[in-house]
Amino acid sequence: MSSTWIVVIATSAAAFGLKYLGHLIPARYLETPRFERITNYIPIVLLSGLIAMQTFTDKTKLVIDHRAAGIAVAFVGVIAKLPFPLVIIGAMATSAIVYR
Amino acid sequence: MSVKRDSLAVGVAVGAAGAAFGAVSVSDHFSILQTCILSLVLFSGASQFALVGIIGSGGSALGAIATGAFLGTRNGLYGIRMAALLQNRGWRKLVAAQITIDESTGMAIAQSDAATARTAFWYTGFGVYFFWNLFTLLGALGAKALGNAAAWGLDVASPAIFVAVLWPRLLKRSTKLAAVFAAVWALSLTSFLPVGTPILTTVIIAVIAGWK
Repeated sequence: MSSTWIVVIATSAAAFGLKYLGHLIPARYLETPRFERITNYIPIVLLSGLIAMQTFTDKTKLVIDHRAAGIAVAFVGVIAKLPFPLVIIGAMATSAIVYR
Repeated sequence: MSVKRDSLAVGVAVGAAGAAFGAVSVSDHFSILQTCILSLVLFSGASQFALVGIIGSGGSALGAIATGAFLGTRNGLYGIRMAALLQNRGWRKLVAAQITIDESTGMAIAQSDAATARTAFWYTGFGVYFFWNLFTLLGALGAKALGNAAAWGLDVASPAIFVAVLWPRLLKRSTKLAAVFAAVWALSLTSFLPVGTPILTTVIIAVIAGWK
């Protein structure tokens, strides 16, 4: 089995396990303020880190290319409160134009 | 009933983004079958995009699995709240768990009574599930036909979606700071750690920021 299949299956299993676990455990065991604060921060730091990595890196090198232009447009879109599809399409179109 | 209509509308709107996932996944060299299995079984947008992005950029399998799993912890927390609302037993609990995501939870907690909240949860959950998977397949087939992903802007589809998802969460100064710090932190470790590892270390920032 290729490593890609292992990633697909292992992550799927972990994601379902976490969802199901939430439905099984009584709320009182996990709803402590500290645990809630940390778990609120987890998607924020991961998503922010992923945006930076997927925009400014190529393997282990830092680069500024067409992707930076696209993501700049995405930020302008969310600041201007544009609808979700417009933000994404605007970013993709800008990146594609700069790339060509 | 308007809650059913609203829930299905959310399903269509969010599900359509599945086309972007299908296309990105295929351009990151996942097969169409693997792409569809991710949407059917993993069924968690942020985890799916992160996973294919990390593998596509040459990252380690372990880094991809761990990042995907960490991004799934949020759904576990939603599960705690939804279990109390739904009061399910047996196989219904399994089905409910699979469709416990941002949108189904968000629509459920926006309702004023428990019965409407349950309707919102099931309709939104199944709606997003159906359309997300349908559009994943269409996007994957489409990307096969497109060719070079960068020429179509597909290489920014995933970070642009993350921008749109993250932005509304950055209301407080503390969360803005954490987000900026995580981005700088991940980038500054890029040259020193294997691909896919720097992102994982940002979880340390979440622990420190939330500890108080």
